[in-house]
Formats: sequence, structure tokens, C-alpha cells
Amino acid sequence: MARLGRSTWALGERQVAVIATSTVAGTLEAQGPLSDSFDLSLNDDRVGQDSWERAEQTMFRRAAEIACEKAAIRPNDVDLVVGGDLNAQLTSFYLGLRPLARPMLGVYSACASLCEGLAVASLAVATGFADVVLVGTSSHTSTAERQFRYPTEYGVQRPPTAQRTVTGAGAAVLARGRGPWQVTHATIGEIADFGVKSPWEMGAAMAPAAFDTLRQHLADTGRSLDDYDLVVTGDLGRVGLRILRNLLVEHGMASPAAAEERVNDCGAMIYDEHQPEVFSGGSGAACSTLVTFGHLFREMERGRLHRLLVCATGALLSQVSAQQGDTIPSISHAIAFERGD
Amino acid sequence: MPIATPEERARYQALVRRLTPGRPVVRNTARAFVVGGLICELGQVIQVLFVRYGGFKPTEAGNPTVAVLILLAAIFTAIGVYDRFAQWAGAGSAVPVTGFSNTMTSAAMEHRSEGFVAGIGGNMFKVSGPVIVYGVVSAFFIALIRYVLEHL
Repeated sequence: MARLGRSTWALGERQVAVIATSTVAGTLEAQGPLSDSFDLSLNDDRVGQDSWERAEQTMFRRAAEIACEKAAIRPNDVDLVVGGDLNAQLTSFYLGLRPLARPMLGVYSACASLCEGLAVASLAVATGFADVVLVGTSSHTSTAERQFRYPTEYGVQRPPTAQRTVTGAGAAVLARGRGPWQVTHATIGEIADFGVKSPWEMGAAMAPAAFDTLRQHLADTGRSLDDYDLVVTGDLGRVGLRILRNLLVEHGMASPAAAEERVNDCGAMIYDEHQPEVFSGGSGAACSTLVTFGHLFREMERGRLHRLLVCATGALLSQVSAQQGDTIPSISHAIAFERGD
Repeated sequence: MPIATPEERARYQALVRRLTPGRPVVRNTARAFVVGGLICELGQVIQVLFVRYGGFKPTEAGNPTVAVLILLAAIFTAIGVYDRFAQWAGAGSAVPVTGFSNTMTSAAMEHRSEGFVAGIGGNMFKVSGPVIVYGVVSAFFIALIRYVLEHL
């Protein structure tokens, strides 16, 4: 356990393990290219609840239950629960996981909350303040639309840069020692603000944050892009991913071929671009969670990926700040994973 | 680097513009023209029907016509069709009175979960409120100008 450079926590190669994960995917996500990656695929985004908010809370709770089942632990064995969502006051996390009745820490970095949660959870495990930590996020297109934009049935024409908030939830159980996946590093991001104002251009707003955190991570660890089999950002979408790859090439951090091959984005991966109304791709706090825990961790199990860097990206706007014409500050936190054995 | 200087911002935004697909303005305009026109055409047909079969005078048939269009848009909003139609039609579906109906219906549906009074009552005009406020305010000033001009 040591700090590397300016903002990277080296957790040690055999210190913090992910022992189980869970994913609950909404209907459109379950019809996408990663359809066979999820533990639970819903055919009703309302999951029998009387509001979208309760639906999201239910998804979060199911994700937590499945993660515990797969880790073969009871909720009472969890020492700490860390997580977040996009709703004001983190209601999906707190209200959804209320029945667990375990010590809880809610975190918010918008759609980068997964990596913030993983960093805090890893810290707790590495320092010995907790032996077993449950960490997760959720998001729902209908709760996010109404909080950040318009009523869901309101007929507004979205531009090609728009993104669709991912509906779903995911969680992981972290424990000390060795497991199928190790958490090796966490790099804590800084705010990046390049003056993008349009809430329809989240990819453009967040790409500099992902770039900055990736560059900081590589500088702190002395690694290069080639040391990773894959670097994924959270939810830049196809447009934001194109901008990030361009920045990497422009700054000499990757050749065009390497940027194309080694750098991808969860928001670009979760939907097929021909799915209805997904536009530039997915976004939301569950976007990186579903793709990482559902798809990428399976790729690691199959041995196709050995070392993975996840740079979840968050746009730190509120409806008030957007309406007041403020620019959109963004943040990205990176978590490095390695295949266990 | 993260808090960018004005030069860095300008350079970055130029890169963003270069890599961002633009809104298909020509296609959107053409669709808005056709769809907006067709909705008005539908309104005209309904109005003629009210005059021919409903016993309304041409000057009075406007109100029931608007009511029918509002009802149709509310129904299509409720069954989840209107927002998809609007993504295709753009301003063509937003500008006619059907768009106004959609703003109210969608807000009412969205906030149903917070109850009838605080939810539906308190939020029904959330999206359409500005239209009413500035519609009334501009009508007042236009009427004032006309009054002044006529009495000069």
C-alpha cells in the first residue's frame, strides 16, 4: 500500500480482491450486444413498482442480493456498503439498500461513482477497516431524464450527440486477499472544465477528464497504454470516444491504431448504434458497472484480458447549474484490475 | 491542465466541433415542414367536419377543433407514441397545438407518482408554463400597441 506520484493509490497486487459481482440490466440493455453478460435481464423497466424511483431502488437491491449470493455470504457478513446513483440525495442507494441494515457510505461523482465507490471500498479493505465491502451503482433512464432533462413522454428532438441513460444496477463484493479479480490501483481524478455547456454534449464535456486521469495514472505508475490489454472510459459515447482517441494521438500517448484497439468506452459498447434512440451511446452510473462487471470481467475470466483500466467519467452538472448557464465540470476516476491467477 | 485557459478551451472546442456530427438541419426542416403542415391539414379537415355535420358556424368551429387535436395528442402521449413521433418530426410536432398538449400530458404523467395535488397539479404546467406566460404577456403588448395605434 503506497501512494504513487500525485494521485494514485497502489493497493498491492494481492491485497484487494473482487470475489463476486452482479448485474441487473434493463430491457434495452438486455437486447443490446452484451445481452448474454448479465445476471438478471429485465423485461419490465418498472419491475412491478408504482414509480420509476422505486423501480431503480428495487434493481439496486436485487443487485446487492445477487452479489451476496454469488459471494456465498449473508448481508450480515458485509462490513461496509459503498455506492451511489444519480438521483438527488442518492435515494436509490440509501432507500434501495435500506433493508440490508449495514454501515453505509454514499458517494457521488455522477456517472463516475462506480470508480469512486471502488476506490473507497478498496481503501477500507486494504487498511483493514473492513474485511468484506459491497460496492455498487444504479441508474434508470426514466428517473434520470426527469431529474436532468424533461418528462419521459415529452416530445423533444434529441441531437446525434445525445446519450441514453442506462437502466440497471450492479454490485461487487470486495475482500482482502486473492480472488478472481484483483484491484491493484486507484487514481483519483481532478475536475476538468473546457467550457462545454450543452447538456446534450456530455461526451465532449467529459473526454478531457478521462484524458487527464488516464495521463495522470500512466505518469504515476510509470506504465504506458501498452501495459493494459484494454482501457475503457465510462460513458463518453461514440462521439466522446472519438474525441478522447484524438486527444491521445495528438498528445503522443498512442498511435492511431493503438488508440483504436486499446481504448474503448462502456457507453459505446452497451448498445448497438442501430438500437432505437440510443444516439451516441449509453451513459449513467450503471453504464460502466454493467459493462465492467458483466462483460469485461467475463472476458478476464476467459483469459482474453489480463489487465484492465476502467476510467469512469462523470459530468458534474445539476439542472440548476445547467439552467443558470454554467459550464459542465467533469471528473474521472480510474481503477486498475488484474486477473487473479 | 484540468481548469483550462481560454486558449485551451477554444482549441478544444474547435476539436469538438470537428469531431461532432451536426444536427441534420435540412432533413429536420423538411420533416418539420411536412409534418407541421399535415397536422394543420388534419385540423382543417376536423374544422370542416364540425361546420358541415356539427352545425357550427365557421367562426365558432375553431374551439372544438383545437379540443379534438389536444385530445388526440394527449392520447398518443399516454400510449407512449408521441415522443417517438416527435423525435422524427421535430418542430413539426412541437409547434402546433398538439405539441402544447404533449407538454402538459407528459408532465402530468411524469409526476403522477407524487400525488394528484403536489404531483399532477403542481407540475402539469412545468414545461408548458413559459408558453402560457409569454403568450399572455406578448398578447398584452400587441393589444396595447394596436390600441394606441387605433386611438392616435
